[in-house]
Amino acid sequence: MSLLKVDDIHVYYGAIHAIKGVSFEVNEGEIVTLIGANGAGKSTTLNTVAGLLKPRSGLITFDGKPLNNVPAAKTVSLGMALCPEGRRIFQQMTVKENLEMGGYTRPAKEVPASIEEMFERFPRLKEREKQIAGTLSGGEQQMLAIARAMMSKPRLLMLDEPSMGLAPILVEQIFDIIKELHAAGVTILLIEQNAQAALSVADRAYVMETGNITMEGPADELLHNDDVRKAYLGD
Amino acid sequence: MISLLSTLLNGLSLGSVYAIIALGYTMVYGIAKMLNFAHGDVIMIGAYISFSAILYWNVPPILGFLLAMLVCTVLGIVIERLAYKPLRQATSLAVLITAIGISYLLQNGAQLIWGANTKAFPTMVSLPNATLFGGSITISNNTISLLGDQLKISGNMLVTILACVVIMVALTLFINKTKMGKAMRCVSEDKGAAELMGVDVNKTISLTFAIGSALAAVAGVLLCTSYPVLQPTTGAMPGIKAFTAAVFGGIGSIPGAMVGGILLGIIEKLGQTYVSDQLGDAFAFAVLIIVLLVKPTGLMGKKVHEKV
Ligand SMILES: Nc1ncnc2c1ncn2[C@@H]1O[C@H](COP(=O)(O)OP(=O)(O)OP(=O)(O)O)[C@@H](O)[C@H]1O
Ligand SMILES: [Mg+2]
Repeated sequence: MSLLKVDDIHVYYGAIHAIKGVSFEVNEGEIVTLIGANGAGKSTTLNTVAGLLKPRSGLITFDGKPLNNVPAAKTVSLGMALCPEGRRIFQQMTVKENLEMGGYTRPAKEVPASIEEMFERFPRLKEREKQIAGTLSGGEQQMLAIARAMMSKPRLLMLDEPSMGLAPILVEQIFDIIKELHAAGVTILLIEQNAQAALSVADRAYVMETGNITMEGPADELLHNDDVRKAYLGD
Repeated sequence: MISLLSTLLNGLSLGSVYAIIALGYTMVYGIAKMLNFAHGDVIMIGAYISFSAILYWNVPPILGFLLAMLVCTVLGIVIERLAYKPLRQATSLAVLITAIGISYLLQNGAQLIWGANTKAFPTMVSLPNATLFGGSITISNNTISLLGDQLKISGNMLVTILACVVIMVALTLFINKTKMGKAMRCVSEDKGAAELMGVDVNKTISLTFAIGSALAAVAGVLLCTSYPVLQPTTGAMPGIKAFTAAVFGGIGSIPGAMVGGILLGIIEKLGQTYVSDQLGDAFAFAVLIIVLLVKPTGLMGKKVHEKV
């Protein structure tokens, strides 16, 4: 059954029509990826689902409930978390405080145990518990951003270019983490520049071009599709 | 030597008031990213409220003071809701002009209610007369005399400095240790990311105005106990000075506002005592300009670490 359903949304930035009727869905337990060139509207789509932007028309439903007038601050408690483009961790707070903020909507007494869980999954963060997040390396910051999003115990985790700017070895690590989270039962909606890696890990994929979805299908099919290979895999 | 010490104490007391006002500017700037130029006038309203409560309604000074805090808290929240919130997406110039408008509204409103002539502010602090430590400290006429009568500290000064210390400690704990305080720091850094955590940004901004305005009331009462003349423009000059102090310390930074306020008070008093009685302000502003030339972000301005 579909956990997230986006139905014909249109999103504008002032007069700019950024999303022109996008529809897709994410089923419980899937990894779905959204690929496309720079400026295609991938981040805009995720930000709209998370409630940071309002669609001018169309319908978004999460777990069967309409989300259109739900502000971003409320979508977290419904069970979705967005790990935004550019990480946007709180640079001036410590690693631990960032994780605490990730658990902002959860009962205070459950938060320390969840932080410990994150430290188990990301031992690099535990060593740096008291470090100011802005001084972490790029890879560490990305791990913190993912861990922070996981702190709300989301059913749907949305990741906006988690491998951006990372060395190949770290990209591999990030994708391992995505697989682990998925194995632990989290549904994942993933945006990636690295289409090869994204299609390899995903169940299904959508291709976006200038505000529209132009192709969709099982990820391994798209991975072997000639048009996709030419446009996004550099063949 | 004693005269220097006495000047420093006077400066510390004046600086404490600046620091308390500067906290309001800096918190609002840090969170709502706007300069609330009406902040100085909230100080004046606070002073008038406690003045009226004590002299007209015969309320004990401490209750008059608490009432002023309450009224200013509500006033701050209302100003934000009605005047600034609709302008969240507007240009900063539009917000600035609105703030100046609110400032005039408050001044003219006060003039309408309390009249334009100056009022003598009542005594808020009364110390019991006493002789302590075999006469090395004597308290009389609300003044503490130390060092064989050479150093005098007024009760007002003492209360002002103590209030400032209490506020600094309480606010630092609040910002760093409580969930709400941490949410405020998040909103100040990145509103969107804070929302993604589940933080209600509107509520956080309201809370910031509430705290800033309550502090303004405290500053108003403290200011008027030390300089007991009250008129509708009473808040304007201390407001500008405290704004200067906030910039001096690094606008947006809470420790910066504290340090900036206290230093500005001390510099002003040193300037008055050792340079020229009339040039205290000019001296203080000159120091500000030099600091900003050397360090444009202010003494404790935030360095943002960014990694791609
Ligand atoms: N705040 C904004 N104001 C105006 N236009 C915007 C804004 N944010 C994005 N856009 C425009 O909307 C379109 C979609 O942008 P979006 O960030 O969603 O693309 P993207 O697919 O995530 O690209 P990338 O892969 O580079 O991250 C682009 O043309 C972009 O210029
Ligand atoms: Mg993007």
